[in-house]
Amino acid sequence: MNRDTRITWINRLLLPLLNILTAFAATAVVFWLIDVNPIEAAQVLIYGAFGYKEGIGYTIYYTTNFIFTGLAVAVAFHAGLFNIGGEGQAYVGGLGAGLVILFLDPTLGAWVFIPASIIGALLFGGLWALIPAYLQAYRGSHIVITTIMFNFLAASLMVYLMVHVLREVGQMTPQSELFPTNAWMPFVHDVAAGFGYSIEASPLNLSVLLALLCAILVWFFLWQTRWGYAIRATGKNGTAAVYGGIKPKRIIIVAMCISGALAGLVSVNELVGYQHRLIMDFHLGYGFGGIAVALMGRNHPVGIIVAALLFGTLYQGGAELAFEMSGISRDIVVVMQGLVILFCGALEYMYRPWLIRSLAPVNKQEVLVGAAA
Amino acid sequence: MSDVFLTLLLTLDATLRVSAPLVLAAMAGLFAERSGVVDIGLEGKMLASAFAAASVAAVVGSPWAGLGVAIIVSCGFAMLHGFATITHRGDQIVSGVAINILVGGLTIILGLAWFHQGGLTPALNNESRFLSITLPYAQQLAFIPVLGPIYKELISGHNILVYLAFGVVPMVWWVVFRTRFGLRLRAVGENPKAVDTAGLSVIKLRYKALLVGGVLCGIAGAYISTAHNAQFTRDMTAGQGYIALAALIFGKWRPLTVMLACLLFGFLDALAVRLQGVVIPGIGEIPVQFIEAAPYLLTVILLAGFIGRAIPPKASGKAYLKER
Repeated sequence: MNRDTRITWINRLLLPLLNILTAFAATAVVFWLIDVNPIEAAQVLIYGAFGYKEGIGYTIYYTTNFIFTGLAVAVAFHAGLFNIGGEGQAYVGGLGAGLVILFLDPTLGAWVFIPASIIGALLFGGLWALIPAYLQAYRGSHIVITTIMFNFLAASLMVYLMVHVLREVGQMTPQSELFPTNAWMPFVHDVAAGFGYSIEASPLNLSVLLALLCAILVWFFLWQTRWGYAIRATGKNGTAAVYGGIKPKRIIIVAMCISGALAGLVSVNELVGYQHRLIMDFHLGYGFGGIAVALMGRNHPVGIIVAALLFGTLYQGGAELAFEMSGISRDIVVVMQGLVILFCGALEYMYRPWLIRSLAPVNKQEVLVGAAA
Repeated sequence: MSDVFLTLLLTLDATLRVSAPLVLAAMAGLFAERSGVVDIGLEGKMLASAFAAASVAAVVGSPWAGLGVAIIVSCGFAMLHGFATITHRGDQIVSGVAINILVGGLTIILGLAWFHQGGLTPALNNESRFLSITLPYAQQLAFIPVLGPIYKELISGHNILVYLAFGVVPMVWWVVFRTRFGLRLRAVGENPKAVDTAGLSVIKLRYKALLVGGVLCGIAGAYISTAHNAQFTRDMTAGQGYIALAALIFGKWRPLTVMLACLLFGFLDALAVRLQGVVIPGIGEIPVQFIEAAPYLLTVILLAGFIGRAIPPKASGKAYLKER
């Protein structure tokens, strides 16, 4: 293997692997700090996520959310934008889905309701990202700061709407009335029962297929279309993209709207698929989790599905862990997300100089030959 | 004394108490961003130090010990941010987000393991908190019209950290605009190459700036859990780090205007609490959420250049690579 191929291997495989292992090791240190045996904890975790049928349903249900937000963050990343506003976009996306369902005639069939609610979530999530995108593209404000502000604005807006406008009549809890059953995304266990299979009941619903479809569409869009090419070119080298005739302002708008729309789909899984009403704070943590998923999945749909499955596992397994062991809670997943973002994102290149020095050192002979030639 | 005047005084009094941690955190952000390092992690550092202060104060029984450990913890995270973004030139935003998320989980996990109270720390008694100080003659001078109540209600009766927070502002101004360190700090945030050419270490300067920010965030965190409240609760900073960031932008990275922005945002917060459920004749009930959202909305509008322009230090957000 010559030096260049070695460096490619280091960048593509060794470095990401080492980063993830470091994040795992750091999580083990946290377990050790709180006097929990990491191996025992991992066993409980995996049992909770895959050990029984209902657990598997929950795991895939959580995975679905992480696929949506992971894809959302990745699309923006490819355009060189950091969409930190997934939380707000998911929340407002839920408003879109909810409003569509609540205002449509309840006697309509599922064939109208479900596509309409998906479109509502896409539109509202995309719209919530459009404003920061416009401000970045045409007014020069920084996308990171504006999307953070929009997370808070979304929270205030939703509290107001849930408390004053959309609250079910006669109820104290700020939640909307129940969606008509026609508008429910079918549960996987119900669908399976229709085909004669018996599966344990869980919140897992057909949104998971929507998530997989989105992963395929994102892959097709980014790597097989002209727009996808323009997005990736802008993200890799904005100046070169401009010389290539790409208009960066449009790219910002398109990439952010797609990103926000994908984040908005979290609400399809959560509200249309499981809660069946508009509730508060259904989105909490998934927007930020998406950052970890995208970084770990190297911004590629396949990687994102794998990383989302890992975090879905942790989420469900974490609930089991909190149940089985005292003095620990599901927040360990949040710790791990933080560590993944730290080691796979911020400290991405920590090991690089060391790896290159030890595995692909500069060959003095080659350099001399190169200089002579 | 008219009720309106007293209500105003009490609202302003609350404004000072709410603004204090914002001022400290915004000054921390000012040092970081003036040196060219964007610090989204203010929130996380405040939360970590709030947890550290409340834990130590509960165990040791002294708020000062809590404050000390809070500063150490906050500086630790500041150095982690520096290690990732200055030494390894990692993305500054990603690093800040990592710290915020990590701390959000870690405080609960450690709190649960150490105190077994569902992630809370034990409630602090008065000996282990920073209590309000009555300034000399506050009672005796209260009879003087206007000035007396202002002295008694507004100026006197805060804890030491509030006075510290507002005392820090002129110091920050002096350090940033009147000292050699300040000049270098501003230079390294605008044009690190020039600083490097002059034979100064860009890396050292940026680490120093982060360290100062770490100390200030540590005080802010300790204030939240051991002075303003009496224990640590989940996510108790509740976005104050981000509001401080907004105030930093709103005040255009200048200490005095940043402090005014913090006071404005603090006032909106105090107002929102006071207007909860109040019906104003002719207008009706003002939704509290609108007032709560105002700081964020104002910052968005300012950033978009609709009211003035906010121009950050030129090199902020960019890692510096020394040419070989």
